[in-house]
Amino acid sequence: MVLESVPTYRRTGIVSVEELKSLGLLPPEERLRKGPVAILECPEPIPCNICVDACPSGAIKMDRIVDLPRVDWDKCTGCGTCVALCPGLAAFVVDLSKPDKAYVTVPHEFLPVPRVGDEVWLLGRDGRRLGKGKVVKVWERNRTWVVTVEVPKELAMEVRAIWVER
Amino acid sequence: MEIEAYEGESIAAALYAIGIDVFSYSSKLGRPRGAFCMIGKCSSCFMVVDGVPNTRTCIEPVRDGVRVERQKGLAPVPSEKTVDGSVEPEEVLETDVLIVGGGPAGLSAALELARYGLNVVIVNEHFKLGGQLVKQTHKFFGSKELFGGLRGFQIAEMLSEQLSKYDNVKVLLQSAAYGVFRGGWVGVASRNKLYRIKPRAVIVAAGATEQYLAFPGNDLPGVMGAGGAQTLMNEYGIKPGDRALVVGSGNVGLIVSYQLLQAGVKVEAILEIMPQIGGWFVHAAKVRRYGVPILTSHTIKAAWGRERVEGATIVRVDEKFQPVPGSERDIECDLVLLAIGLAPDTRLFAQAGAVMRWIPELGGPVPIRTRRLETSIPGMYVAGDASGIEEATTAMIEGRIAALAIASKFLDGERAKRVEEEMEKLLDFLWNEYRASPLLARARAGKEKATVSEEEMERLRKEHPPLVSFR
Repeated sequence: MVLESVPTYRRTGIVSVEELKSLGLLPPEERLRKGPVAILECPEPIPCNICVDACPSGAIKMDRIVDLPRVDWDKCTGCGTCVALCPGLAAFVVDLSKPDKAYVTVPHEFLPVPRVGDEVWLLGRDGRRLGKGKVVKVWERNRTWVVTVEVPKELAMEVRAIWVER
Repeated sequence: MEIEAYEGESIAAALYAIGIDVFSYSSKLGRPRGAFCMIGKCSSCFMVVDGVPNTRTCIEPVRDGVRVERQKGLAPVPSEKTVDGSVEPEEVLETDVLIVGGGPAGLSAALELARYGLNVVIVNEHFKLGGQLVKQTHKFFGSKELFGGLRGFQIAEMLSEQLSKYDNVKVLLQSAAYGVFRGGWVGVASRNKLYRIKPRAVIVAAGATEQYLAFPGNDLPGVMGAGGAQTLMNEYGIKPGDRALVVGSGNVGLIVSYQLLQAGVKVEAILEIMPQIGGWFVHAAKVRRYGVPILTSHTIKAAWGRERVEGATIVRVDEKFQPVPGSERDIECDLVLLAIGLAPDTRLFAQAGAVMRWIPELGGPVPIRTRRLETSIPGMYVAGDASGIEEATTAMIEGRIAALAIASKFLDGERAKRVEEEMEKLLDFLWNEYRASPLLARARAGKEKATVSEEEMERLRKEHPPLVSFR
């Protein structure tokens, strides 16, 4: 296989915002400003359509099981059900509608489980600690916790995990 | 020494839990041997249990008062006195279908056959059903119909529970099918008893073995199959170590690394000899987010330590996979987990004299089969990883296809037609939708190489006349 033909994320395990955009996996700017919306960081044709069945708004489409998920940004309410159910833990919700803070919803499968109000580490796609943020919402489905954290606006597209100090 | 253990624990797990990680000493050099596969497929955990040597302690359940001794080299054959009194007379069984292996493929096949009222015997080496599903704590991909979204162990629980409702299914736990014999007999060795089974068809769904890698120190306790560590932590709740080095970045390496983090083990690095990550991006992203480095174009040079692993030397490789001199680096760790691939367990086919072929994409030698998964031994079918390494979802589909292929022969009239249609639908989905993903291209290519037409199979059978037949 010629290395140049391999997308960067296959060498690093980190997908860039530009790559997500070029794959059509990012909502348009104006939609992001309107309110919470799902971002599915799923760039490969995995034979899986769990998100399609999971979405209570019917906002995720796929013709064949090996297609990439397509989100109808207008139908998506940013409820986070896909965050809880995506087997690849690749679904996130980003809310850029508030004036001074952004809110990122991530899956979390580690103990301890954070509680609302906790200050937790904010992690980037490369595991770097980007600062601390306050937990504003926590719920669970089949042992995947769905955690919403408050983050500085400029980190909304960077924070993709949290870490709770034991 | 007297130790406590939980009911339902294996002897090896119970020992590991209290810090005993040397199970035996090698026969020539007396080197310590630790656990490796933890699923009964290797010989690393052989111990003398109640006087019986070569007992695979990883699939031997604890029981009150059991006496366990470290085995030093080749142990003497136990005296008749040791085993006498517990041996029961041989039993002869007749059944419609014998299924070897109670993992995802075997259980799915059994359910399908049971549903059509056929008599089934499942032979399972472990003392629990479910195969490797029982240690899969991550959620499965796929669709709702394929149990996608459920965690692997939940699928195992569900399949086992569904199966327990059928009284036409007999399950032989702690039993191994050791051979296929003229006249269509299968020999099965159970704990204290031999069975001679005469089935009208056999499905072998015996799974796979983790592959080994040659490097100095690879036999130190602490060098384990990634799946072995997974068994310890996910099935038995035992932390396998504190600091791990994972070799191989396929889905197994990536998933196990994530689960190590969940268990509180620090993953020092994942090594990948190729210039790119082997497994799926989403699995890689899950460990990268928590700071685990994936070092591409890297491999392990040596593991070192006294009685167990204390560290490893890693090295960068060039485009020809040759070590780059001077790029060596030492990593302190107490676990080196090998996730470099699996090999299909096809020993029964080799013994039966089935036509086989070495297919690298499938992990080793596999029996040639038709689309309906029948091998050159008439009436002997293959499904799951034993048919070539793929994954649990396709194993479940293959199990059902083999079962439906058999049912379509054993049932008649309208029912046979319905079964046939159902099988064709599954075959179409498997080959034309599920395996259409470019991510599965390698496994698909392998399965294509192993699959021949009915006509070609007849020709193969003429060329290599089968020694045994179940039809």
